[in-house]
Amino acid sequence: MVTKAEKQFAKNFNIDDLPDVPTGLPPHLKAQQTRVVSNNNAPLHTASAIYSGSYVSSLGVDDSVKLENFYENFKVDVISLTKTDMEFDMIGIDAAFANAFRRILIAELPSMVIEKVLIAYNTSVIIDEVLAHRMGLIPIAADPRLFEYLSEGDQANEKNTIVFKLHVKCPKNRPRLKVLTSDLKWLPNGSEFLRESGGSTSKPKTYTSFSCSQDSLPEFANNPITPCDLDILIAKLAPGQEIELEAHAVKGIGKTHAKWSPVGTAWYRMHPEVVLRGEVEDELAERLVKVCPQNVFDIEDMGKGRKRATVAQPRKCTLCQECVRDDDLVERVDLGSVRNHFIFNIESTGSLPPDVLFTEAVKILEAKCETVVADC
Amino acid sequence: MEHGSFTNDSHASFTLSEEDHTLANAVRFVLNQDPRVTVAAYTIPHPSLEQVNIRVQTTGDPAREVFKDACQELMQINRHVRSVFDKAVTEYKAAKKLKEEAEEEELKRQRDLFGSMDIESN
Repeated sequence: MVTKAEKQFAKNFNIDDLPDVPTGLPPHLKAQQTRVVSNNNAPLHTASAIYSGSYVSSLGVDDSVKLENFYENFKVDVISLTKTDMEFDMIGIDAAFANAFRRILIAELPSMVIEKVLIAYNTSVIIDEVLAHRMGLIPIAADPRLFEYLSEGDQANEKNTIVFKLHVKCPKNRPRLKVLTSDLKWLPNGSEFLRESGGSTSKPKTYTSFSCSQDSLPEFANNPITPCDLDILIAKLAPGQEIELEAHAVKGIGKTHAKWSPVGTAWYRMHPEVVLRGEVEDELAERLVKVCPQNVFDIEDMGKGRKRATVAQPRKCTLCQECVRDDDLVERVDLGSVRNHFIFNIESTGSLPPDVLFTEAVKILEAKCETVVADC
Repeated sequence: MEHGSFTNDSHASFTLSEEDHTLANAVRFVLNQDPRVTVAAYTIPHPSLEQVNIRVQTTGDPAREVFKDACQELMQINRHVRSVFDKAVTEYKAAKKLKEEAEEEELKRQRDLFGSMDIESN
């Protein structure tokens, strides 16, 4: 079927009007530049060749991504956002940035986590060090931006330490008791355990030196610090067993220890692109719909009992390649991904909402640049 | 820290301590888009060292300036990403709130409708 536009083009076509040198990139190079191809052996054209002069400039192609182009093309689409999870599309950016943000989210964003556990009494079956390790993995709902890092040699004070108390005992002649994170009690005045030394000095010394109570600070006055989830099992106590301890949470980053990572995980993938080469009809269409485990394809009724396959939900495609394993279908389906379209996912542990985490991550990358500029 | 030469300032390597692929790869990407740059690459000399070396060779401009410009451009990109992201999130939150309010109203309307009907007598 010849369209109206094509007829018009054919009417006005004059071979002498064509430029001596074609302008712009030829279609196959354009495709290489913007798409990653996933056929049935291996992904093709995976490296991004976005650098000044990567393609011959005589074609009139300027590959240097100017800042203005970036400002114009960069787009963010929020798909879903809850207190802990977020999915969004980042369009018009290179993998170098997407990956930098992901790496920072996982390894370089601070959070408050239990680092020191002072165990006064533990007759449970969980040994001290395992118990301490479990305590370290509890996410705590405290904004790390309100705290300072505790450096070596520093005194633990109200600005860098959060203290929790845990004292549970399972009474005799009772069923076994579950110790949950809801049993952790925040001590806004700091540690209550006394250091052994001191003796004759006037004030008994504890393991922290708070100059004021944390709940007198405006940030915490009406919202006490608790663990993010109050139903995490810490230990089980049999009748007669008891745990008494104090847990000190400090600020840190995931690079030091994964427990400080404020995200469960953060990941991205390129937007998949599924294209049907020509019409896939009838029996073949049904086979295509059936073979896809992600239900990417759908059947369209063309009337007179004829059917045609359509790509209904390309976003769902995981590039599992089940469709191109079929000898007939491999000729009909093109699998690939859009190089500059990222589907980004963030799972927060609960200390900060995921959208705030992302903004903080971008700020950290910015701060890194700033230090480099200042140093050189 | 810069490792260059006294005679030719268009070639230089920069050592950044306590940095890794996070910053280096992003800076390399920005450098590669600069038409003044002929070579831009980075390496981490040893996995146990917290250090990256970034190599910059230019067509004649001082490598240090080009490198600095790249860092500044990276900062501007970050600022733009942040502002676009924040805007998208605010819009999403506003749209979600509107939707929830509409749903609540619909629920209330249905409840009133059911309340006015006397189901018992039917």
